[in-house]
Amino acid sequence: MIDRYRQAFLDEAEELLAELELGLLELEQSPADMELVGRVFRAMHTIKGSSAMFGYDAIAALGHEVEAVLELVRSNRLAVTTPLVGTILLARDQIKAMLAGTAGGCDGITDGGRVIVASLRELVSSSASPAVAERASLPGSSPVYGECGEITCLIRFRPHPDLFLRGINPLQILNELRGLGPCRVVAHTDEVPLLEELDPELCYLRWDVELVTARGLDAVQDAFIFVDQEREVEIEVLADANDISPDEEVGSSPGAIEQHNGEKSISSIRVEAAKLDHLVNLVGELVTVQARISQTAAVRNDTELLALAEDLERLTGGLRDNALNIRMLPIGGTFNRFRRIVHDLGMELGKEVVLETWGAETELDKTVIERLTDPLVHIVRNSIDHGIETPQLRLAAGKPRQGAIHLSAQHSGGSVIIAIRDDGAGMDREALRARGVERGLIPAGAELPDRDLMNLIFAPGFTTSELVTNVSGRGVGMDVVKRAMDSLRGSVSVTSLPGDGTTITLTIPLTLAIIESLLVRVGPDCFVLPLSLVEECVELTSADRAKAHGRHLVRVRDSIVPYIPLRERFGARGEAPEIEQVVITEVDGKRVGLVVDHVIGEHQTVIKSIGRMFRNVAGVSGATILGNGTVALILDVQQLVQDEVLAA
Amino acid sequence: MNDGLITETAQYLTFKLGEEVFALDIGKVREVLDFTTVTRVPRTPDFMRGVINLRGNVVPVADMRLKFGMTETEKGVNTCIIIVEVAVDGETTVLGVMADSVLEVLDLGPDRIEPPPRIGTRLNVDFIRGMGKCDEEFVMILDIDRIFSCEELVLARDMAD
Repeated sequence: MIDRYRQAFLDEAEELLAELELGLLELEQSPADMELVGRVFRAMHTIKGSSAMFGYDAIAALGHEVEAVLELVRSNRLAVTTPLVGTILLARDQIKAMLAGTAGGCDGITDGGRVIVASLRELVSSSASPAVAERASLPGSSPVYGECGEITCLIRFRPHPDLFLRGINPLQILNELRGLGPCRVVAHTDEVPLLEELDPELCYLRWDVELVTARGLDAVQDAFIFVDQEREVEIEVLADANDISPDEEVGSSPGAIEQHNGEKSISSIRVEAAKLDHLVNLVGELVTVQARISQTAAVRNDTELLALAEDLERLTGGLRDNALNIRMLPIGGTFNRFRRIVHDLGMELGKEVVLETWGAETELDKTVIERLTDPLVHIVRNSIDHGIETPQLRLAAGKPRQGAIHLSAQHSGGSVIIAIRDDGAGMDREALRARGVERGLIPAGAELPDRDLMNLIFAPGFTTSELVTNVSGRGVGMDVVKRAMDSLRGSVSVTSLPGDGTTITLTIPLTLAIIESLLVRVGPDCFVLPLSLVEECVELTSADRAKAHGRHLVRVRDSIVPYIPLRERFGARGEAPEIEQVVITEVDGKRVGLVVDHVIGEHQTVIKSIGRMFRNVAGVSGATILGNGTVALILDVQQLVQDEVLAA
Repeated sequence: MNDGLITETAQYLTFKLGEEVFALDIGKVREVLDFTTVTRVPRTPDFMRGVINLRGNVVPVADMRLKFGMTETEKGVNTCIIIVEVAVDGETTVLGVMADSVLEVLDLGPDRIEPPPRIGTRLNVDFIRGMGKCDEEFVMILDIDRIFSCEELVLARDMAD
């Protein structure tokens, strides 16, 4: 039981720490935003409170120190500075490490922690510095909690009996209220049963608290952060010393606050990722069975059965879309992680970089997002290290001092396009060419098209950096990106203008579980091709083949398209039909045809792993189960084309 | 080579490939299926017959006859696919093995098992854990993990060529 709550606590702490980090980094950009200060404070406060509840006393202690600093900021007695944000970020990292590293969380603060605590205390003691006056005089700074008038509130705290089981100590809450101002607490004991009926794990008490505070209603609500505010707590403002409150939130009526809480009550629930995976697997099975039923119904030609099959198809489709949708997460969470990376790396390299994001709400499958993080890290690090110049160089080139990295995500059909753009120096084509020749990737003196030159960066071990830093330059990185994109069935491309920056574009499918595909037949076997790659299908007669004089080329309207005879490549048994089909696909911007015996039609493909034994098979990326219960292989078109290029 | 020695009484599933009788540790066997449609996977060695649909999972199937230098398994009334669990690099993977017919489950104590002979068998002795005696006949107890851990290497090497 406790373990379950502990896990929930750890999950929540993780989220809060992320929120804290994001808030701090935003705060660094706009130090006068009191709303941000409030957000950071609340996140820290929650972490502190729940850590104390679960016995992570060292974290709570450190959290308290951070809170003391934030409190000063909140009451306008300390200005937000880069060192302040830096110190709190360090404290946040320390807390994260403590959460990850300690089983019981009872260890004292470590040496690293003590240094942080010392610098935090220094910040507190420096609060009388002139910086405050500067901040206070900032125009447009919002009203501050410390300045709002005293309010008297009556708080009715009627906890649900399972309060203790949720790990909440009412004494802590009451003590916190006491800290807000003079208060009177009345405990009601009338519900306490006789001793023999008393369950020591349940809470039978309820409390009425009369509190006079100058800290505002927010602070009172903060004390009840862990209890169900809607059902267990009732806060009534009895008298407001300042009739006209300077703070909008404080001034709002209790009724409005209740409503506000009601809105956010059950907007989301937390579900274990494994349960979702299981659901998607089951839906995948269902889609397969539904396809079989539709096929059977079509064969029997039974009207009633056909109608049922159609209904089933509609419902299964809806269920599938829904189930896949549940696994979709906005990519914003991943983007936000880069704020910190950009911040730290910019500091380390002495460059000034801001991160701009666009399309953070774009949703992608959970697994895709997870597998996207590493490649993105590589790209962003490369952009900062190789792309963005130092402030001096930038000023000399007539650019703004601060470099920018622009991360954007957008939907495009069945894919998501993620672009990472920097406004740095762009890629040095001569350096690329020289290094390419040196490594034997391209012949000396060859005139390569720009695209191919750019693509050199995806070769394993390729780097133009003379210096190996601990950031990049080791030449591992871009090939990792390329591989990750291949495994996600996505693609990566790069464009660069000298002096104007580099853009790296990743195109990724929305989901890895189910794809729309084209079912084809080669000899006795069926294969599926991702429909997103297919452009059109044309016929290939033996007369056409004769005209091409043995070369694998087919004329499609006005252009000549090379093709791969799958029958030959796969050593399929039996004779080719008189008229074969060429499926024209687009791979890396080039059109390539795949010759098959028949095109059967579109197919909803539930992707199955083909297993360990076959994972090295080139040209096959997975398998799926067809309506008749047999297995069809999913062709890896990119790989097939690559092999063909290598063999040529 | 201690891991190859058999010291306890255990149960074995026996099956026939051609006229020869082989046995597998029953702990390795998950189930026995009737022969079904096998989808060939292109560009793989011949003895890897392809993949089948095992209740919604895609499972690879190997032809042991081809592996052991016999002719390809022909589909007959008794042809079966034995689904086994193979440990490859400490990871368990599920695999189908084709057999001409499945016979019975045998109890064999260590006293009825002899170490694999150095000569006199067409098979690589590394693949045999021992020779079990049963009604004056010998059954070859296969070390399925070893057969397929080598297999993967072969597969990977084929691809590199």
